[in-house]
Amino acid sequence: MISKKEVEHIAKLARLGLTEEEITKFQRELSAILDYIEKLKEVDVTGVEPTSHSILVENIMRKDEENEELKIKNEKLLKLAPETKNGYLKVKSIL
Amino acid sequence: MELTELTITQANRGLIKKEFSAVEFCKAYLDRIRTCSSCSQNLDSSLHSELKEKNINAFITISEETAFSQAKKVDDTIEEGKEIPALAGIPVAIKDNILVEDLKCTAGSKILENYIAPYNATVVKKLKDRGAVILGKTNLDEFAMGSSTENSAFGPTKNPNDLSRVPGGSSGGSAAAVAANMCCYALGSDTGGSVRQPASFCGVVGLKPTYGSVSRYGLIAFASSLDQIGPMTKSVEDCKIVFDAIRGKDKLDSTSVESKIENCKLKIEDLRIGVPKEYFIKGIDPEVEKVTKEAIKKYEEMGIRIEEVSLPNTEYALSCYYIIAPSEASANLARYDAIRYGKIKNQKTRCSHTVKIKNLFDYYLTAREEGFGVEVRRRIMLGTYALSAGYYDAYYLKAQKVRTLIKQDFEKVFEKVDAIFAPVSPMSPFKIGEKIDDPLTMYLSDIFTISINLAGLPAVSLPCGRANGLPVGLQIIGKPFEDDKILEIGKLFGKV
Repeated sequence: MISKKEVEHIAKLARLGLTEEEITKFQRELSAILDYIEKLKEVDVTGVEPTSHSILVENIMRKDEENEELKIKNEKLLKLAPETKNGYLKVKSIL
Repeated sequence: MELTELTITQANRGLIKKEFSAVEFCKAYLDRIRTCSSCSQNLDSSLHSELKEKNINAFITISEETAFSQAKKVDDTIEEGKEIPALAGIPVAIKDNILVEDLKCTAGSKILENYIAPYNATVVKKLKDRGAVILGKTNLDEFAMGSSTENSAFGPTKNPNDLSRVPGGSSGGSAAAVAANMCCYALGSDTGGSVRQPASFCGVVGLKPTYGSVSRYGLIAFASSLDQIGPMTKSVEDCKIVFDAIRGKDKLDSTSVESKIENCKLKIEDLRIGVPKEYFIKGIDPEVEKVTKEAIKKYEEMGIRIEEVSLPNTEYALSCYYIIAPSEASANLARYDAIRYGKIKNQKTRCSHTVKIKNLFDYYLTAREEGFGVEVRRRIMLGTYALSAGYYDAYYLKAQKVRTLIKQDFEKVFEKVDAIFAPVSPMSPFKIGEKIDDPLTMYLSDIFTISINLAGLPAVSLPCGRANGLPVGLQIIGKPFEDDKILEIGKLFGKV
């Protein structure tokens, strides 16, 4: 069983606000799921390479150029933000 | 036959022969959507609740105006005597995690309830270029996380075959819309079975293409190494038409791959199809097992060689998936911070606490507490845990290695056989509310579909009969980029 403290720590890392009730609930549920996942311990993976994608993935580069089409897109994207100022996203103070 | 019952192939013929216009065709669907989902605010309460019960709730957004104007354009083209593509004037529904420019795209989440898509997904652009008529956006489990469409911030979708039951998920809205003739076909997305399982539960055809064969640009990311967009249709022929329209390399998705459109001719006597013994295990509903086996027998009677094969690492697939998918999800969903999109309602205090929002950290906590539903939070927590310091090697890296073994199991089997037959889900559509409080049991409904995503293979769910009075799908799994072949094998079923 994972501890209440661990749940709080994970929630903090994930930037998730949780209520007291939810902390207890997640403690129980995550423990059950993690117990099930323990099954993987049975598998011998000595010498096995990890798979991140089923196909070969390569980096694809593009030139860093100004692009009119992207400028219009940027405006549309900014409109979706709750708060902007002079074409920038506005955020709360960090400290 | 009602207009709304037509397949793409039949409707295309009807449009060309001018048996009906694209506008009439579009109107037929919009009327049908209204009958299946209307609950007018002005009705008296008893009637209202009765209608609400009958509401399939397949759509989140309906785009009547743009649908009609697109249909009109197609009618004009036909009037001019010009040729039209197979999908022109055919009404389609799009899962609400795929972007359609200027339409709301919620991903079934409160955090995106007012998000208007600023551009088209590549698949949507391809459909629009072919004259498709977009009717609206369909309901889904929030961020495609779920197997029942109950995890939507906009209420559950119901199975048209039995309104007390779930349509499957996460593309439950798309599956229900196709099954109830509220659209001619639909697009869904499949990360662990989200096209195939609802297709099976609702009795429609659903294809999860080979990873990389369809662009993911404009699909709201859940688990990027597993997600794939796929068609949900009324026939296998239709499935091929839609797949051919949306496939191909896209410079906006670096994981997309060019694939040749093939019209493969099958030689039945040369076909060998494997049936994995690990897919017929204790826990599968006996009725579902019976119907699946009968379907396989029909193929055998056609002269196809059926043989038992083994995928020994099957039993680890679910554990492997529930590390990889939530890990990728926790990273992908970090962007929902109510700074770039979304907005928090209570700007001053955290909703469940009376703590004042003092800084950016509090703001994040509040936004994500208000915006995400319980299953999404559960998976973010799980993924964050698996990726956190000290656990990475034991969980994520280990799961990626087991993923290699699962992929190799398939490679070995495909040295001997052309395709694999399997059930889609071990169970029939369950009652709404039955499994919602038990995440592990819910996860088990995808036990036969997730390995295919981990291995990146193509698989189609084909309606093959009924068990417990409800639809059952047969899953046909193929080698990478042999999507055309499994569809051809699917077509044979209708000819039995």
